[in-house]
Order: sequence, then C-alpha cells, then structure tokens
Amino acid sequence: MTVHGQRSPGSDYCLSGSGLGFFYGQNLVVESAAKGLKDITMQQTKQILVIGNGMVGHHFVDQLRAKDPSAQITVLCGEAQLAYDRVHLSGYFSGTSAEQLALTTEEAYQAANIQYRLNCWVEQINREQQLVVTSQGGQFYYDELVLATGSYAFVPPIPGNDQPHCLVYRTLQDLDAIAQSAAVSKVGVVIGGGLLGLEAANALKQLGLQTHVVEFAPQLMAVQLDQGGGQMLSQKISELGVQVHTGKATQAIVAGAECRYQLQFADGESLETDLVLFSAGIRPYDQLARSCGLAVGDRGGVVVNDQCQTSDPHIYAIGECALWQQKIFGLVAPGYQMARVVVSQLTGGGHKFSGADMSTKLKLLGVEVGSIGDAHARTPGALSYVFTDPRAQVYKKMVVSKDGKRLLGAVLVGDTSNYDSLLQYALNDMLLPKQPEQLILPAASGAPLAALTLPNSATICSCHNVAKGDIVAAMDSGCCDLASIKSCTKASTGCGGCTALLKSVVDDELKSRGVEVKNHLCEHFAYSRQELLHLVQVGGIKTFSELLSRHGQGLGCDICKPTVGSILASSWNDYVLKKPHVGLQDTNDTFLANMQKDGSYSVVPRIAGGEITAEKLLVIGQVALDFNLYTKITGGQRIDLFGARLEQLPAIWQRLVDAGFETGHAYGKSLRTVKSCVGSTWCRYGVQDSVGQAIAIENRYKGLRAPHKIKMAVSGCTRECAEAQSKDIGIIATENGWNLYVCGNGGMRPRHADLFATDLDTDTLIRYIDRILMLYIRTADRLQRTSVWMEKLDGGLDYLRKVIIDDELGLAAELENQMAALVNTYACEWKATLDDPQALKRFRQFVNSPDADENIVFVEERSQIRPATAEEKRQWLQQIPITELPVTTLAEEN
Amino acid sequence: MAWTDICAFEDLVENSGICALLNGQQIAVFLLELQGEQQIYAVGNYDPLGKANVLSRGIVGSVGEQIVVASPLYKQHFDLTSGQCLEQPEVVIPVYGVKLQQGRVWLNAIKQDQQASAA
Ligand SMILES: Cc1cc2nc3c(=O)[nH]c(=O)nc-3n(C[C@H](O)[C@H](O)[C@H](O)COP(=O)(O)OP(=O)(O)OC[C@H]3O[C@@H](n4cnc5c(N)ncnc54)[C@H](O)[C@@H]3O)c2cc1C
Ligand code: SF4
Ligand code: FES
Repeated sequence: MTVHGQRSPGSDYCLSGSGLGFFYGQNLVVESAAKGLKDITMQQTKQILVIGNGMVGHHFVDQLRAKDPSAQITVLCGEAQLAYDRVHLSGYFSGTSAEQLALTTEEAYQAANIQYRLNCWVEQINREQQLVVTSQGGQFYYDELVLATGSYAFVPPIPGNDQPHCLVYRTLQDLDAIAQSAAVSKVGVVIGGGLLGLEAANALKQLGLQTHVVEFAPQLMAVQLDQGGGQMLSQKISELGVQVHTGKATQAIVAGAECRYQLQFADGESLETDLVLFSAGIRPYDQLARSCGLAVGDRGGVVVNDQCQTSDPHIYAIGECALWQQKIFGLVAPGYQMARVVVSQLTGGGHKFSGADMSTKLKLLGVEVGSIGDAHARTPGALSYVFTDPRAQVYKKMVVSKDGKRLLGAVLVGDTSNYDSLLQYALNDMLLPKQPEQLILPAASGAPLAALTLPNSATICSCHNVAKGDIVAAMDSGCCDLASIKSCTKASTGCGGCTALLKSVVDDELKSRGVEVKNHLCEHFAYSRQELLHLVQVGGIKTFSELLSRHGQGLGCDICKPTVGSILASSWNDYVLKKPHVGLQDTNDTFLANMQKDGSYSVVPRIAGGEITAEKLLVIGQVALDFNLYTKITGGQRIDLFGARLEQLPAIWQRLVDAGFETGHAYGKSLRTVKSCVGSTWCRYGVQDSVGQAIAIENRYKGLRAPHKIKMAVSGCTRECAEAQSKDIGIIATENGWNLYVCGNGGMRPRHADLFATDLDTDTLIRYIDRILMLYIRTADRLQRTSVWMEKLDGGLDYLRKVIIDDELGLAAELENQMAALVNTYACEWKATLDDPQALKRFRQFVNSPDADENIVFVEERSQIRPATAEEKRQWLQQIPITELPVTTLAEEN
Repeated sequence: MAWTDICAFEDLVENSGICALLNGQQIAVFLLELQGEQQIYAVGNYDPLGKANVLSRGIVGSVGEQIVVASPLYKQHFDLTSGQCLEQPEVVIPVYGVKLQQGRVWLNAIKQDQQASAA
C-alpha cells in the first residue's frame, strides 16, 4: 500500500486513496509501505494509543500529559462524548446536565494536543503490526497500547430480555433511554439488588415510577454487607416505598395483563411491570484482548501484572477491564491508581499496583450504607462486635483481629457517621482503643477519631492518592480554604467520598494553626452578612448609625452601607428613602433608577409576567416620545427607557404612576422579573396557566430586597419556552401541578437550576418559595446569588430540601411569617417618592440652578438617541463659547 | 469675593451628597456626621475615571482614617479632604472651600490647590 500525506502537529488529515487515518512522527513526508512507515515512527516520539475514554482512560491521559508534555497521545473513544463522571451518573436525573458531568472538553483535549476520535469503536488489535482497526475501517498505529475499555452491564440470559423497555444503567445514552421509557411507564423493576441496582432503583423512583427490586440472593448488597446489615437495609428501603423481593430467580419476561410485561419467577410467583432495568453485575470489555490472543481470566478480564502490563509487554490494561490477581476492581479509585502506574511505567518511573481498598460509603435511596474491608469476618479468628438499634433502624458491625488490636472490617447501615474514623483505623493499621466497641456505640464519650491524630501518611483521598501530608503541605504553601486545597491537591474531586474527611482535616489543621476563619463584611464590621442580619433582627435595630455605634467602627463605606440598607429593608420593609436610610443606598436605589455610563438614568416600569395591555404600551410609547428616551425590550420581558436626566425622573414617573404602572425595581438587589410563556391559555401544548401564575408570583415578591438580584420564570409545559431552568426560581407546569427548580442563573457563570420538588399544588409551591427566599435572605453573603449560596450550604441541595420540605430545623413557620410580613407591607417606592416633597427635592441636578448637566449629550442613531462619544462631545462643546473663570486670589478675599 | 451662597443648610442631606453649580463648575457637597459633629465637604462632581458628573451621588464613608466618597460608576474612592483617588493616587479631583454662615452654605469657587499656590 502506498500512502501520501503530510501532517502538521495537532491537525487532522486523511491519506489520499486509502481513506484511512494514520498517525506518525511529526512533519514527515512519507511515501512508503505501511510497515516502513512504522519504522520511521519508532525513531520519533512514541505513539501512545488509548482505547476507551471512560473515567480511568481519561485520568490516564490527563496524568500522562501532565508528566510528559511532548508525549504523542491518541484516544479512541467508543462513546459519543469524551469522558464523563460515571460515578455521579444518577445526578443526571436530578438536574445535573451532561455538561456538568463531563470530566473534560474537546477544547481542553485540543489545547493539550491530545488527538481523539469520538464514536470510534475498536474492532481488532493487530499485535504483529502494532495497529488497531476500528469499526469504520480506520487504522491507528501504536508503540504502546493502553486498554481502558471498562465494562458493560451484564444482561442475564432470561427469555424476553431483549424487548423494548428492557434496559441497563451504565452510560448517558442508557439514561436517556430510561427517561424516555419512564415517561410512558408506571411501574419499574430493577433486576439485581447490589449497590448499582439500588442506585438504579432510586433513579426509577425519582422518575416517578412504582419501583421494585428483585434480587436472586437472600439479601441485598450481598458483596458489601453481612446478613444483618442486608436485612436492615431491606427494611428501611421498603419503608421508603421501594418493594424488595429477595431470593427470587427471574425465569422469563412475558406480556403482562395490567402492565406491559410480567416477570415470572422460579417459585411460580410473578410481578407486573412496564420497565425492566438489569443491574445484575458488570462484565469487562475483554473481547479485543481475547481475539488477539492476550491472556484473559476464566471469568473474564484482561490479565495484568503489577505494572498493569498484559501478556504483551506493549499493551497495558487499566480500570474495570483489568484483572489483577484474579480480581476486578469495580470502583474508580483503584482504576485511577492503575492509570498512574502505567503513566509511571511509560515515563521511566517504577510505580507498581499493589491492590486497592474496596471500602465504600454511600447513600442509597436516602439510606446511609458503609462497608469496610473484611465485612463478612472471613479472616481466621476474627471477632465481631454488633450494635443494633431497631427503633432508629441502625445496624453497625465491627470486625477486629483475634487480639482485639486492629480493625479488619465494618458494616454500617442507617448511620455512617463512624465510617471515616473506622476506615482510617483499618487503612493505617492503627492500634484500636482498649474498648473498641466504643467506636460504634452511640453517644459514647469516646470522641470520634480526630483528624489531627492521623499520621501524615494516612490516605485521605484514594481517588487521587492524596495523603494527609499532601494536604498539610498545600496549606503550608498558602492554600487556606477547601476550594483552593481541592484545586491544588485534587483531593475530593473524584468520587467525592472523602469530602467530609477532607473538611475535618482542613478545619483541624486550621484550628491547630490558630487561624480563625473570617468572613467579615468590611473594615467597619467584624461580622458576616448573616451575623449582621441576626444582630439587626434580634436587637431590633432600625438604622445604620445605631448598628454602627453598637457593633461597628469608622463611618461605614460603599460595601457595608448598601448591605445594611438591604438587611434593614428585608427586616422591616421601611421605605428605602426614609431619611436615615438615604445615605445607605447605591445611587440606583437612591434615585430609583439605573445610572448609565454618562450619569443619565434608565427607567423600567414593572410589567408583571410580561403581560401588558395595548393602552399601557401606548403610555410607555408616549412617555418615551415626550421625554425623548431610547427604548429597548429587556430579556426579562419588559421595556427599558434610557437617557432620562436625574431631574426628569419624577415627571416621567408621575406619568407612569398615573397610568397605573409601578416601579420595576430594576435598580435594586431584589426580585427583578418573573418571565413567562403564554401557557395553556393560548398555547396548544400548555398544561397550566403559566402567565397567571407568573403574575401572581411577581406581585407577591415584588420589592423584596435580597443579597443579590433574583430572577424567576414560569413555563406552561416541559417545552420550557420561558427558560425557567436558568433562573433562581424556575417553575415548570406539569399535568399534576408545578415542578419547582431552584438556584439557577445566567450571566458570567451560568448554572442550570436544580429540580427541587415535583407536582406541587400552587399553595405548596408558594410556601416552598417563601421559605427558600427568606432562608436565602437570612443566610446568604453579600452579593451571593442563590446558586453560590446553595452550593456553599453544607450539604447543598439535599440540605436545602431537608430545611424547606422536611422542616428539619423547625424554621418553616417563622420563614413564612417573615415573608408574609414583607408581602403585606409592600408599597411602590416611586409612588411614595412622588408623594413626598422632601424626597423629591433630591431629584435636581443642582441645588442652586435649574440648569441641566451639560456633559450629558445625545446624538441620533437608528432613529433613537444614544450617548455621544467623547470625541462627539468635544466637537459639540467647541461650538459654545466657554466663559473664562474669574480668578480671585486669597489675598483679595481677605 | 470668592465666597458664594449656595443653599440653605437644610438642603444638604445627612451622610449623603448634593450638587451645586458655580461659574459653570459642578461641585459635590457632602454633609457627614463625625463623632456627633457635622462636617461639610466640597469636591468636584466630575469623576475623571468614569468621565461623568456623578460624584455627588456616591456613597460616603471612611477607609481607615480617610473620609471618602465612592464613585457610583466604577466604585473608586476619592479622599474628601485631599481629592486623591485611593485606587489610582495619580488622579486627584479638585477640593473646594466650604463654610456655614447663618444657616447658609457658602462655597469658594477657587480650587484649594490654586488657593495654596496663590498664598
Ligand atoms: C451508576 C454507576 C454508579 C457508580 N458509582 C460508583 C461509586 O460511587 N464509586 C466508585 O468508585 N465507582 C462507582 N461506579 C463505577 C465506576 O464508574 C467505574 O469503576 C469506572 O467508571 C470505571 O472506569 P473505566 O474507565 O475503567 O471504564 P468506563 O468508565 O466504563 O469507560 C470505558 C470506556 O471505554 C469504551 N470502550 C469500551 N470498549 C471499547 C472499544 N472496543 N473501542 C472504543 N471504546 C471502547 C466504553 O464505551 C467506555 O466509554 C459506578 C458506576 C455506575 C455505572
Ligand atoms: S412552555 Fe409549553 S406552554 Fe409554554 S409556550 Fe412553550 S410549549 Fe407552550
Ligand atoms: S476518595 Fe474519591 S474523591 Fe477522594
């Protein structure tokens, strides 16, 4: 075969005639047989080819690039997108988008000069020629080949398993299929009661299906839990509304009577369902290795040695496809360790894989479950301590060595608060206390293992192999908060299982250094916004000067004054321009309009829900014409009038207020708009009256002062024309009521809102929004949008749900009452201003002259005004004579 | 006479500013309460960084020992006694003489640096 081609670094190319892709050394003009081509390559940088871009394949690429900036790396990715976070895959059903799950982007790979192919499935490895062939016929050469093909969901050979709505739970595509199927199903069954099966059951439940779990073994999670733990788990899960059927062998899936299908069990019983989800274990993708003669295990898996090499020294296998000492590791942390071993091998290091800890802690269907080490007490001579609390439904077991000195394993169901301590005892082989049972007994005085007592070698994050010593070192070099420690050490950015432990290590370390974590508002107040709000409300403080004299120092500034102004407004809802509050407001709040770059203002009347009558439109038009204002439709479905001079604002607003308009609070850190689509009234898809709802909500919360602006939207059906999922509060109509989304935003750092609650009636909807907004106002930092606020809440969205929906803090009634008080005392600030001659006095450019600011100059563009540029102003000013200033001297004056 | 009667004391707004026009110059006048005593300051209304006549509409306060106004446009702080910008010390706005007489506020149209050099 003769090939022609030239390649520049990083570019993609095709070789004439063959249509096949080749990779070889850089900038070569080659005209030779394929074999000859490879010989040339050998003298160049080694070509490293990776099959599979799952979590482990990506980690390998990432680590190799970091170690060796010039390595030639090519990735063949079987899926339609680059690596994503499979561990948190289930988040896809609770609002995490595919983009948020992504571990990298195509741009990042391009920038790092990593060649990649998407949808590229490798069919065959030719070890002789050191090339692989893809299903599209493409060929890729390698010097070193890395198999990171992971595994696939095993579907047991049950007759009828290949019908529609019989699905698995492994990839983003799988999840899309499940969502589609769930939309036309009522009942769902998961076959397999292991860890993944229960996670899948949770997903089905979230999708609103009546959910069952069918398990062949006599208990759930037989791998990780002992019998007692498994029973407690079944009991708890059943109470949460998922029906558990253990000891059931499914024999056939046939047509159902009430549902789409019927499962027939070996014991003669049956179960009706619309959707079947198989989660009966995983099988390694090892066909490639098998067909090219590499050693594979009896029960599958590509055999590797401690270097993660297969039986061909130029081929490595890592992650879930690799079989090490007869074991497959179905967790991400060991896969990452293997990836680092191969990077080390390829860059001249000597790291070896030495097995991995398979302990797990997770929350399944809201039930905390933990398993450490030898959970089944299989070590000869092992002793077990068991604690059961049948009322609180907690089961804890601790497995210790014969001499009672070392921890070998543990099982925790219903309460995993001891997990981190126990795991550290097991991993670091630490000497147990004299009475080890203290470690699992409730309320025992034996305090949990303080992070401080851990040795520096203790592994905190196994995904990224970060030891306590690494964290201490990062803090020594200046990282002093969780976020920077995370980004510097990567700790806690994998499966997330170590988050709590990391936080306690960091907190303890900070404390031992005598660092007090400060969140002071500014130099005038040694308090956070939340603390100030508390001081104001508890102390009944009504003015800034009172707060300053009691709790602050200095005169205040442009940071604390508006913040306190907002706190006072959301606590007492006083008219913001009342005398003591005047000096607190930003200019926009003072003049109830938005200052533009030239010192003129824009005016935005409220148009609730974006609904406006023709008469009112005419009023706005006429006002704009009379005052020569520039008009523009805003993204929040209202109309912005630009170019008003300070002294014109009262006259403009008089006209607007007379016509029935109210202020739109476009200037305030407060509710802006509630956007809506036309909804069921007009739209043929709509299922609820989204406009009516939006207007009601906007009128309820108008004027509400908050730490930052708040935007909301209501869509009339799932087509989401109002873009509610990009708002702080987003509401989407369903057949049965309203789905509530929270804490989204557009702007600089866009964030999709999270689904908070589903199918609410209007009453409940409003109550939840009341509570969320009030909690936000009470606890957020200055200029913190709801998204960041929620992310910073310890426990995030789940915590918010607990406080708002379950009322775990017992705050709900108080929050609702506070909101009710604010809603009831609402008054339009412009109307109040127009009625107050004292306030009106402020709306003049000069105290001593009726003149206008001559620096505000407009020119015409596209038939409207716009501010003149500096050059235009200079020309304009030259046409008017400049009067010379009379220069008087001090001497003269005295 | 360089002193001009601008307005009544009541026209000032406590802990905030107003603007006066004097011989074509825009002057921002602030009334602050310092340890129970009232103090009046006068500086140019023009924000040379934001390039607009807006300083009288800024928030007044203190940064350390300095009494300042923050521009409402881009939030730079200007010292009310020296006119110096805290963020960009090479930028200085004019400072004017101001006094209270028989309940009226009087401004001296001469910038203080000119006064100094003339003295
Ligand atoms: C729902 C769910 C929850 C989980 N929860 C946890 C958890 O809490 N903690 C934990 O540690 N682990 C968890 N896991 C397991 C974890 O996701 C895996 O251990 C990890 O993803 C393995 O990574 P990998 O790269 O080896 O395989 P994968 O992520 O499966 O990636 C392999 C990739 O290779 C591709 N591929 C395969 N063959 C070919 C071919 N011939 N040509 C081209 N491409 C190919 C595949 O399409 C795939 O994209 C979970 C898994 C799932 C599904
Ligand atoms: S969201 Fe639904 S109801 Fe609203 S306009 Fe779009 S399709 Fe119609
Ligand atoms: S252990 Fe997985 S992120 Fe730290």
